[in-house]
Amino acid sequence: MIELLYDIPILGFLFQFVGYLIEVLPIIAPTIIGAATPIALGAMCGFMNERSGVVNIGIEGMMLTAAFVAWWVASLTAQVLPGDPIGPMGMSPALLVGLVAAIAAAMLVSLVHAWLSITVRADQIISGVIINIFAVGITGYLNLLISRSAPPSAGQFRAWDAPAFLADIPVVGWLFDALLSQGPIGLSLLVAVIVMQVLLFRSRWGLRTRAVGEHPEAAETVGIDVIALRYRNVILGGVFAGLAGAYLTIEFGNSFQGEMTNGRGFIALAALIFGRWTPLGSFGAALLFTASEGIQRAVRFGPPEGALGDFLSSVPSQFYSALPYLITIIILAGVVGRSIAPAADGRPYSREKREKRAKASA
Amino acid sequence: MTDASSSPRTSDATPERPPLLEMRGITKRYPGVVANDDISLDVRPGEIHALLGENGAGKSTLMNILYGLAVPDEGEILLNGTPIEIDGPNDAIRRGISMVHQHFMLVPVLTVAENILLGDEPMANPIFLDRGAAHARIRELSSFFGFEVDPDAKVESLSVGWQQRVEILKALYRQADILVLDEPTAVLTPQETREIFTVLRRLTSELGTSIIFISHKLYEVLDIADRITVIRRGRVVGQRVPAETDEDDLAELMVGREVQLTVDRGESHPADVALRVEGLHVRDDRGREVVHDVGFEVRAGEIVGIAGVAGNGQDELVEALLGLRPVAGGTVTLNGAHITGASPRELHRRGIGFVPADRHRYGLVLSFPLTDNLSLNDYYHAPFARGLVRNEAEIRSYAERLVGEYDVRTPSVTVDAQTLSGGNQQKLVVAREFDGDLTLLVLDQPTRGLDVGSIEFIHRQAIAKRDAGVAVLRVSAELDEVLELSDRIGVMYRGRLVQVLDARATDREEVGLLMATGGRDTEPPIEAPTAVS
Repeated sequence: MIELLYDIPILGFLFQFVGYLIEVLPIIAPTIIGAATPIALGAMCGFMNERSGVVNIGIEGMMLTAAFVAWWVASLTAQVLPGDPIGPMGMSPALLVGLVAAIAAAMLVSLVHAWLSITVRADQIISGVIINIFAVGITGYLNLLISRSAPPSAGQFRAWDAPAFLADIPVVGWLFDALLSQGPIGLSLLVAVIVMQVLLFRSRWGLRTRAVGEHPEAAETVGIDVIALRYRNVILGGVFAGLAGAYLTIEFGNSFQGEMTNGRGFIALAALIFGRWTPLGSFGAALLFTASEGIQRAVRFGPPEGALGDFLSSVPSQFYSALPYLITIIILAGVVGRSIAPAADGRPYSREKREKRAKASA
Repeated sequence: MTDASSSPRTSDATPERPPLLEMRGITKRYPGVVANDDISLDVRPGEIHALLGENGAGKSTLMNILYGLAVPDEGEILLNGTPIEIDGPNDAIRRGISMVHQHFMLVPVLTVAENILLGDEPMANPIFLDRGAAHARIRELSSFFGFEVDPDAKVESLSVGWQQRVEILKALYRQADILVLDEPTAVLTPQETREIFTVLRRLTSELGTSIIFISHKLYEVLDIADRITVIRRGRVVGQRVPAETDEDDLAELMVGREVQLTVDRGESHPADVALRVEGLHVRDDRGREVVHDVGFEVRAGEIVGIAGVAGNGQDELVEALLGLRPVAGGTVTLNGAHITGASPRELHRRGIGFVPADRHRYGLVLSFPLTDNLSLNDYYHAPFARGLVRNEAEIRSYAERLVGEYDVRTPSVTVDAQTLSGGNQQKLVVAREFDGDLTLLVLDQPTRGLDVGSIEFIHRQAIAKRDAGVAVLRVSAELDEVLELSDRIGVMYRGRLVQVLDARATDREEVGLLMATGGRDTEPPIEAPTAVS
């Protein structure tokens, strides 16, 4: 039956491709999820910022800073403390200290962004650009200094062994397996996406955050402290950027290279927009953006048979590497106009404006 | 005029009851302006106390002080006889003071329920909201006032009148003892106003809520208030009970001198034809012809009014005359010279002044200082420019002269136009467009949204220009205004100028009928096409 569909000229090619995707999806799912995790975490950072009305294009820089700090601090700690795991998933003291340091570093950078955007009321785009440029410079320089002494790697977190009964569930078992067979940072993303999604629409914090991001003046008149809420959300957003950075150097890999975030912070912003400023939507968007990496892998190790396989194999691998960026551009071009940002996104809030308005009607 | 004297409410609020709220000797200074100067005000339980004053008289400042949004320089606030200090809106709400702002403080993308409970959320547990309880409470509150509002409706999908109700519910939800309404009817239709008034009366009679009602509309205040306090230039100038006052008395208090609610326009002495329009056709943005074969003339020294229900082609007619919209056919001449399709700058050079209907979009650059706004027409040539360079001194002294002549109340000529009140903004536009040698003056709804003092001022200026030999073309959707000021009245109906009447020989009924039907008595009145833009 399916063979018949495959035999249709040209269109059959497409059917074959879809069939191939369905076939290899369980195999490439871990790759896709692994690539999507730092992007989704970055988007969570953006979500915390933009829902409360602060634009953050400095996610890239925050991630890069955190990636460096996680690797460096873990490496330093490993030289002092014993390197043996003290918990599941290869949690050694060094890695845990590195993780905490990475989160702290990203929160510190977020604090700078919050201060510039909220208190100083600087242009938020410029604040983000400064963070990005500064992060590239400082991590590149320090990495140069440190790598001369060739510090030992502290290793990396290991994936959790998902319970076998979940993986054995027919039809969807592979999905549970792929989602759950991850290290602590990957797992924390899953928890965070679900928790933040629920909190945004069901909790007091979520309601107030949405109000402040849409109409801060209205929030102020019902007694909500707009400035404090923005500070809190931007700094907490730093936690996610910290996790995203640490993921790159102590969970997904175990080393640091200059500019290794490689635009993931910007793709995270795209995922945030495509996901309509919701955690679940951004996570989905991140998976979509990185699907091509999984496909590239599948094609390299097990191309489909026949003409389709020859074609896919003949595409240069650089094309697959460029695909996430291409997909991002294409999807955003089609979606950006229709996805509506929080109304007060990027607009500094000042109480003086209220006073000024009062004066106007005085 | 109003039924205030027959209302039972006047006897309800007995003067013996102690005031719920007292504001004593409130003074608030802003740089260059004393917004509130020793204002005292007391509000009794269950009364509707109107605060009446022109735009910029200091009403909103006083209420911002009461709501904790501004800090007074002097004076004290007493609640139930105890002096209190109000530290921000949160504190005000906690003390039972709620405010409905002139510009609604609602978040459009949130639901009715979310807007109402924002800031005072019922919690099912420390983290999650108790939506069930909130919805039940909102339904209970709204049904008490005889209207059903869907708690899950998005606020942006509601009409302005319903948004106003949500604002009131928001205040009631917080169990307000004192409800401040800042110009609540400014954006409402007469029907919606009546409905809101019913709600307010139920509030005071059944819940005993006190209401401070801020307005500059005399008839409304007479209709709804138990007592009226009038503020002028930051001072209390009088207090009245509706039964013992009338519109003339209140207007005089408000403006500080006797106001002619109808300006004596005197005889006109029309001279030669200044503006002649022949066979004019204009299309709207979608390419439909909305002005058909319109022809009329305006002589020097007369005021011609164009009356019509909104959306009958007046907007496009004005835009075509002013060079803001291409002319699809016909000719326009000014003193015999062809000006069909001339640019706005060319028209200004030929002595055409124009006060647009929307002063925010077309009349002013709100973020520019007064100086730049006043030199907007002539900034590019002497004396305001020397070659490519601005002559700041000349621009400034010119602005200072105009601000003085046209009584624009402002701390200085260098503040941004957006800091002025609506009436003063309009005076700014009038100052710029009326000054200098004019041939023709086009006024498109020049008094929309203004208080009586500003309206009178603008009417007087227009008549002075007429008497100085300027041709005045005045467009308005308000029948009374057209009748009041015009020497001749043209009525537009569905893009045609159906008739031109002598203003002294006609009356409201005749013009009103023409506006509604186009003069064809055989046809039933047809709804004017509303989709113009």
